[in-house]
Amino acid sequence: MSLAMLSVGRTRRIPHLPMVVASVVVSLLCLVPLGFIVWVAIDSGWDTVRQMVFRPRVGELLVNTFLLELVTLPIAIVLSVALAWLTERSTLPLARLWSWLMVAPLAVPAFVHSYAWNGFASSLNGFWGAVLVSVLAYFPFLYLPVAAQLRRLDPTLEDTAASLGQPQLAIFLRVILPQLRLAICGGALLVGLHLLAEYGLFVQMRFDTFATAIVDQFQSVYNGPAANLLGGVLVLLFFLFLGIEGVARGSERYARVGSGAARAPNRWRVPGWSLLLPLIVALLSLGVPIYALGRWLVLGGVGIWRLESIGPALGQTLLLALAGAALTTIAAFPAAWLSVRAPGRLQRVLEACHYYVGALPGVIVALALVTLTVRVALPLYQTIATLLLAYLLMFLPRALVGLRASIAQAPVELERAAMSLGKPPLLAVLTTTMRLAAPGAAASAALVALGIANELTGTLMLAPNGTRTLATRFWAYTSELDFSSAAPYALLMIVLSLPLVALLRLEADRISRS
Amino acid sequence: MQFSVSRLARVLAVGVALAASSVSAFAEDNGITVYNAQHESLTQEWIDAFTKQTGIPVTLRQGSDLEIGNQIVQEGANSPADVFLTENSPAMVLVDNAGLFEPLPADMLDQVPPEFRPENGHWTGIAARSTVFAYDKTKLTADTLPKSMNDLADPSWKGRWAASPGGADFQAIVAAYLALNGEEKTVSWLKAMKENAVPYKGNRAAMAGVNRGEVEGALIYHYYWFGDQANTKENTANVDLHYFRNQDPGAFVSISGGGVLASSKHKEQALAFLKFVTSKAGQAVLRDGTSFEYPVGLGEAANAALTPIADLQAPKINPSQLDNARAAALMTAAGLL
Repeated sequence: MSLAMLSVGRTRRIPHLPMVVASVVVSLLCLVPLGFIVWVAIDSGWDTVRQMVFRPRVGELLVNTFLLELVTLPIAIVLSVALAWLTERSTLPLARLWSWLMVAPLAVPAFVHSYAWNGFASSLNGFWGAVLVSVLAYFPFLYLPVAAQLRRLDPTLEDTAASLGQPQLAIFLRVILPQLRLAICGGALLVGLHLLAEYGLFVQMRFDTFATAIVDQFQSVYNGPAANLLGGVLVLLFFLFLGIEGVARGSERYARVGSGAARAPNRWRVPGWSLLLPLIVALLSLGVPIYALGRWLVLGGVGIWRLESIGPALGQTLLLALAGAALTTIAAFPAAWLSVRAPGRLQRVLEACHYYVGALPGVIVALALVTLTVRVALPLYQTIATLLLAYLLMFLPRALVGLRASIAQAPVELERAAMSLGKPPLLAVLTTTMRLAAPGAAASAALVALGIANELTGTLMLAPNGTRTLATRFWAYTSELDFSSAAPYALLMIVLSLPLVALLRLEADRISRS
Repeated sequence: MQFSVSRLARVLAVGVALAASSVSAFAEDNGITVYNAQHESLTQEWIDAFTKQTGIPVTLRQGSDLEIGNQIVQEGANSPADVFLTENSPAMVLVDNAGLFEPLPADMLDQVPPEFRPENGHWTGIAARSTVFAYDKTKLTADTLPKSMNDLADPSWKGRWAASPGGADFQAIVAAYLALNGEEKTVSWLKAMKENAVPYKGNRAAMAGVNRGEVEGALIYHYYWFGDQANTKENTANVDLHYFRNQDPGAFVSISGGGVLASSKHKEQALAFLKFVTSKAGQAVLRDGTSFEYPVGLGEAANAALTPIADLQAPKINPSQLDNARAAALMTAAGLL
């Protein structure tokens, strides 16, 4: 290995300082929303906090939120595990096709799911409507990791259990299920946080959560203390969820100990009627949106294709998505590089800052930026820059994950070799690691871009004058119950999101193979 | 490796250039900016006609009454807005109380009779809407309909009527109730409402709920029904309108307002726009268009389908008396917000 030898002779380490500084700057930006909530609590004073937080309405919202999570999450978990087991470990016909169809609902934004259900079964609303549509819109977040985990399990453990006389059901419950714990915890956290943050779905299902109540307050009194303090409670809930997941995740060992590669797992024989489950799920989560959307597109005819508004909305959405994706990917690079090249305590803290902010509900990020810009940074108020900053904060983790994985695969020796050949350190990183990480960067940038293209709450609150995205136009029409006019926008959002699904699915495949 | 640094750099450069060009594409320097809380389609009709006539381009920022009203107050002298249009008066009062409106010239004010604008002349009415009880005609009859908005507080109405408490429209109705009946009665009415009313998001959604039989009636404004009747009738097939009349708080007629910001850097064009909205041509949009709101211009007739505004027996309320902040605070205290 000539590269390895190069590094033996005269090791010049890439100085970390510029990357640390850059990463600290991004991390400080990430702390803005949290700082804002703390500031609101202090600034309002105890009396206002008591008046605005300890009131029956907040109690109702808490009950709503907990009930929603407690009912939706178990259903989503059981459904996803059953579907993943059927598609990965049983003799289900056309298993590959079904496994693609079980991820496809992610291409339909949650508020388009609820819009479709409004048209398909207009009397469905309130709590059970919210539960149903939440499960259908978000279960793929659980299905994906569980299926990926099932695929990589070493069947030896199951064989051992079977040789000890365990029946199939017991093997599933006592051997397979425990090994899915991390995947289930991670997926459930993702779904749980989405439920905290989701706005459009619950408005259409007429179910009040903190996110809808905050926007209600925002529309009644702008960024008054009531809205901001509800935001504070929402952030507390958010940390509570992170904590619960941390405890549930445990610290058991899951890696296999045997040498060599694991054998491909055997598939269990299932009766033909087990096709019903994936079929019903696909009908509800894909069939209903396709049917409702198709119906409105037909009913609307050509009249709803108002190109003079659809064109600019598509253009602005693409511009925002591309600019935001480029910016977010650049901002994520220092932290991604540090996490691979210089892991350590400081790096872990910085990385945690990057992650937490992306999980915060968009409504919190938007509230913080509205208040901050209007009070102390007025030139930035209502500008594209602020909107892009909001997107950056919301989607930073998406960029970080992909970048980190691809930087890890770029050998550090190349950076050193480039430096020993006389390149200055940053240029050395740029011409070696950056270059090798480019495909990964492109993939994660695409994920960010698609997230931005479907973002609703933050865009509604922060968009500069005259800015209309596909999501906000769609929302304006559905708020007026003009479902037909909204249909072209929904269709465009779905079309834009399809690559996201393919990417996610391929990424999950790649991880389970490695 | 297929990707090269130069290609990545090119992609990023294009991204940044697009972002930069998008900034200029978004910002219109030469025209006026209208902060609009009126129905977007209605304001767009006004804008199209105005721009056609004068060549002045208009940028729209869409929001709800009090969101934008509070936003203008926070922006203060730095507000990018030139004109502010609302659905209801309270947000106008809010901005006026902060001293941010430019007093309007007499020739513009004269286009609107005094009952549809505040005495101080800082803003003007641009349209009007009436409170109605949209009810399920398969369930309620003349005998069983509520006689007054107060009846809806009765326990017998529990779970039977709908409203959209998060909307500026309903908050204006509450502000009117407050102005007519005082704080004590308003608090107890809101408390009863929390018990009795089914909350919807938006007046149209509440009306659609009546049509589906989820509730027997909804306290909303009149034009949603007319709009749907003129269109597909899919949300009003079973719905009819009941006017409370008799100066009842439920017969409240809400005035949509328009004003020019004192901080505007395009005052002349902004005044021209507002003058156009209240002119014959601007008010004709209300009569001939699809908004079904009442015109307020002197001698302007409403759409023939509407009940004449003079027959509504609305209570007399000076728009500057409408205290929406107090109404929202009482609604927050009652747990409706």
